[in-house]
Amino acid sequence: MSAHLSYGRVNLNILREAARKELREFLDKCAGSKAIVWDEYLTGPFGLIAQYSLLKEHEVEKMFTLKGGRLPAADVKNIIFFVRPRLELMDIIAENVISEDKMLSPRDFHILFVPRRSMLCEQRLKEQGVLGSFINIDEYILDLIPYDGDLLSMESEGAFRECYLESDQTSLYHTAKGLMTLQALYGTIPQIFGKGECARHVANMMLRMKREFAGSQTQILPVFDSLLLLDRNIDLLTPLATQLTYEGLIDEVYGITNGYAKLPPEKFAAQKKQGEVGKDLPTEPKKMQLNSAEELYAEIRDKNFNAIGAALSKKAKIISAAFEERHNAKTVGEIKQFVSQLPHMQAARSSLANHTSIAELIKDITTSEAFFDNLTVEQEFMTGVDTDKVNTYIEDCIAQKDPLIKILRLVCMQSVCNNGLKQKILDYYKREILQTYGYEHMLTLNNLEKTGLLKPQTSTRNNYPTIRKTLKLWMEDANEQNPNDISYVYSGYAPLSIRLTQVLARPGWRSIEEVLKMLPGPHFEERQQLPAGLHKKRQQGENRTTLVFFLGGVTYAEVAALRFLSQMEDGGTEYIIATTKLINGTSWIKSLMDRPEAP
Amino acid sequence: MLKESKRAVNSIRSLVEEEDEEDDVEKVSWSGEPVGSISWSVKETESSIRSTGEVRDQSFPKIHTAPSLPKNSSGYSLSSLFKGKAKTGSFQSFSESFGDPSIRNYAPELRKPKSEYKDYVSDWTPEETVKRMQQGKVYSLEKFRSLQDKLLLLDEAVNAHDGNVITAVLIYLKKSLSKEILFRELITREIALRHYIHYLKEIGEQKLLVELFKSMDRTEDMALMQYRDHLNVRDENKKRDFLKNCLSFPFSPDDATHVQDHYTLLERQIIIEANDKQVESSGQADIFKKYPRKASILNMPIITTLYYSCFYHYGESDGTFSSPANIRKTFRISDKQFLLTCLGARAKLKAWFDVDALFTTKNWLGYTKKRSPIGFHRIVDILQKNNAPVQVLQDYVNLVEDVEQKISLAQKYKCHDVIINTYRDLKDRQQLIVYRGKVERGSSEYRKIEEILSNSQLRWKN
Repeated sequence: MSAHLSYGRVNLNILREAARKELREFLDKCAGSKAIVWDEYLTGPFGLIAQYSLLKEHEVEKMFTLKGGRLPAADVKNIIFFVRPRLELMDIIAENVISEDKMLSPRDFHILFVPRRSMLCEQRLKEQGVLGSFINIDEYILDLIPYDGDLLSMESEGAFRECYLESDQTSLYHTAKGLMTLQALYGTIPQIFGKGECARHVANMMLRMKREFAGSQTQILPVFDSLLLLDRNIDLLTPLATQLTYEGLIDEVYGITNGYAKLPPEKFAAQKKQGEVGKDLPTEPKKMQLNSAEELYAEIRDKNFNAIGAALSKKAKIISAAFEERHNAKTVGEIKQFVSQLPHMQAARSSLANHTSIAELIKDITTSEAFFDNLTVEQEFMTGVDTDKVNTYIEDCIAQKDPLIKILRLVCMQSVCNNGLKQKILDYYKREILQTYGYEHMLTLNNLEKTGLLKPQTSTRNNYPTIRKTLKLWMEDANEQNPNDISYVYSGYAPLSIRLTQVLARPGWRSIEEVLKMLPGPHFEERQQLPAGLHKKRQQGENRTTLVFFLGGVTYAEVAALRFLSQMEDGGTEYIIATTKLINGTSWIKSLMDRPEAP
Repeated sequence: MLKESKRAVNSIRSLVEEEDEEDDVEKVSWSGEPVGSISWSVKETESSIRSTGEVRDQSFPKIHTAPSLPKNSSGYSLSSLFKGKAKTGSFQSFSESFGDPSIRNYAPELRKPKSEYKDYVSDWTPEETVKRMQQGKVYSLEKFRSLQDKLLLLDEAVNAHDGNVITAVLIYLKKSLSKEILFRELITREIALRHYIHYLKEIGEQKLLVELFKSMDRTEDMALMQYRDHLNVRDENKKRDFLKNCLSFPFSPDDATHVQDHYTLLERQIIIEANDKQVESSGQADIFKKYPRKASILNMPIITTLYYSCFYHYGESDGTFSSPANIRKTFRISDKQFLLTCLGARAKLKAWFDVDALFTTKNWLGYTKKRSPIGFHRIVDILQKNNAPVQVLQDYVNLVEDVEQKISLAQKYKCHDVIINTYRDLKDRQQLIVYRGKVERGSSEYRKIEEILSNSQLRWKN
């Protein structure tokens, strides 16, 4: 299940094993048969760490989702609640515990807080009179979760909002702790670079934590040569743009959550057995896991979508040819050989069928007029065309009541590319939005202004064009089929965050001091002392390994761009990517909206 | 290209019969989750218990999931507060060496403190205290007595960026300092202030919160924060009263207007809703019989409300709350928005006469002329989306000024007359001949073109 985590430059399976071990230890603390009651939100992130089989081995017999009322009957000795430390969840737990039937044989209750226990939550349980019912109250620190062979995520959706809107930097503290865990496993990272307020905080915390544990140096040869910490708010533009890689588009269109995408079932129905034709089509979405464990997916996910058709058809020919081989198999030995390869070939075929279907679904969208128009406007903004006027396309979209998030993405993009909108234009957009979508969205608009995504122009000077030119953010002749530059991931736009990463590796940030000053927050470099004897002796031509940490989220297209840089022949650097959460423009804006709480 | 790979896939499929779930292929349930994944298993064990008595489709089990819990925020929020009991440290260090971690692959020992130190010394510095709090060890805040010591402690907590610890210290300061002093000190400590605000909200100390904002001179924030709570008021009358109460809050001028509009709108919607519901059920008005209301108008945006008004209350006198004109005026709706909304509603009802009237203006000589604040090409699109007949469409296509655009629209919507007349006016015989080839032989369009082409009076340019 996790082999794909060990194939990369850095074996991330070690991290996963460490997390699994801790989970096992907790389960063993509660002796006897058990049922787990899940805060549903946690099942996704936990799925990246463990399967049901692991829990089963430790006598977990039943699993339920947390909800009010009485717990379902289950003949187990222990009931364990796996929950986030949230007050409203405590009330549900209390209800569960209170309605427990006293007549039945008593069950032991435990709570595992993820990622941290909380005094306030325990106080609430006390107020409800149930705190005494719990035998174990513990915490499970789930900081960095291995997401793929070169990708780590904290799966913390609210991180951007908390850091940049609510000034709650707790997630930065968790980031620093996660990085310390990482260093404990993979050795001290000798160089730390960073850009942005939050990056500075995280680096400070790391250095401080290191000082506090000065006596207990890890004796591990460093795996990472350097760490680059980047604030999301130094590059607000990239996530607003529509991602044009295969994986990015799957995320844009269907959303990828904890490594899974839910797809419309119709296209996949044909793959069911032929005898079942008469049956009704399934109505439940098809859930697919997307990671590098799937050979074909690993090959195509980072390509520009316009190159997917060719890639799939090439693959189809290879697979067809492999199946044709059976005609050439004459001897028993050859036939045996062919048969032994069948399972692998069948897996490859079914993978190809799935991705052909997904590509068709997405193609229907990318070839639509609406998609094209939207993309055209995005590209106009990114190249600086008419960013200081009311955009008629946005106006039309509002008049047609297109989804609000789409409107907000575009308006924010225009604002970012113009270094703020003229007051008159900003007011106009705001009025149109409030009248069409409801006055309550003034809260959301306020949030967008506080985070800088939307702002009135304060100076007449727009520095976006300077940044664009210096960092070559727009490449006219982006090659989508055989890319030679990262700009292929947005068909012309090179993500600012990744350009900064690229320039840092070569020729260094000193060459772009001017631009760095235009972006918010400080930029810095720190060195961490290595214990004697752990200095790496680099072989001639050996690549450096850099961990890039995106504070506040990263998009799949940015990940693709970094993978592209890793694979460049003369690149000299390989990247491992870490983030608080994988985001896209929609999920990002959504996290900044104020909406009624779920009933 | 996709077609090619699809074909290839299909051809391969016929070669080998479906045997997807072989032993070495990972088992996947229909919904796609690997059989055995946690969320799959939750659903499985749950459905086997909770579904008793219900008939279920065997192949696609519909699983009853819990009412969705709040999902939009990470677990690391302000609400996760500090740890109380002593516990093993959450930071870890290593004494063992693993050699090259990329080769060896086993579970290392995590989260075991190397040494418990200074556990019984009680004169911890702010730094040590904060560290102990983070590590979940025993600590005491009571020894920080002077204001200066307390503030040092707070600053240290803020430095650690750990929301749990910051809040814990704030709770102690709240207990041990007068609110005036605490408020004063928080002014210069933005992060601590944010946590304090969140904490007060969490425990429901609304009054103190208002005092805090007032003393900070951050009344706009306070107003917005209180306004936000309307989102969770469900009953419309209570929500209206809540909004009314908000009107007195010190919003920024812009926001104050928005809140006022929000209140006025809901107030009106409640009146309109009650009235229309009654009219609809009594069966008095044809419009409701013919087009029964699909949903209540309550809490809908103003533009939707205007559309509703143009649909059900068109032609009412300006004095009524529900008339389009009154709504337009009260909510200062722009000409463009008004026209678009009105047009949409009347076109939906196929009230072409009303549509016509929207654009008609009379000049002082009594001549009528059609005007629009929006390009007529967009009007045509909207009409077409509402299935306007060609006779109606062509009137508006004709009003498009740009000739090329006019012809392309006319071609798109098959307004033959417009095309034929335009080419005739352009004296473009060639184009007319080409167009003759596109229409059905013997149709009225065809005959019309023939007639024009044979007209010897016309002077063609080609």
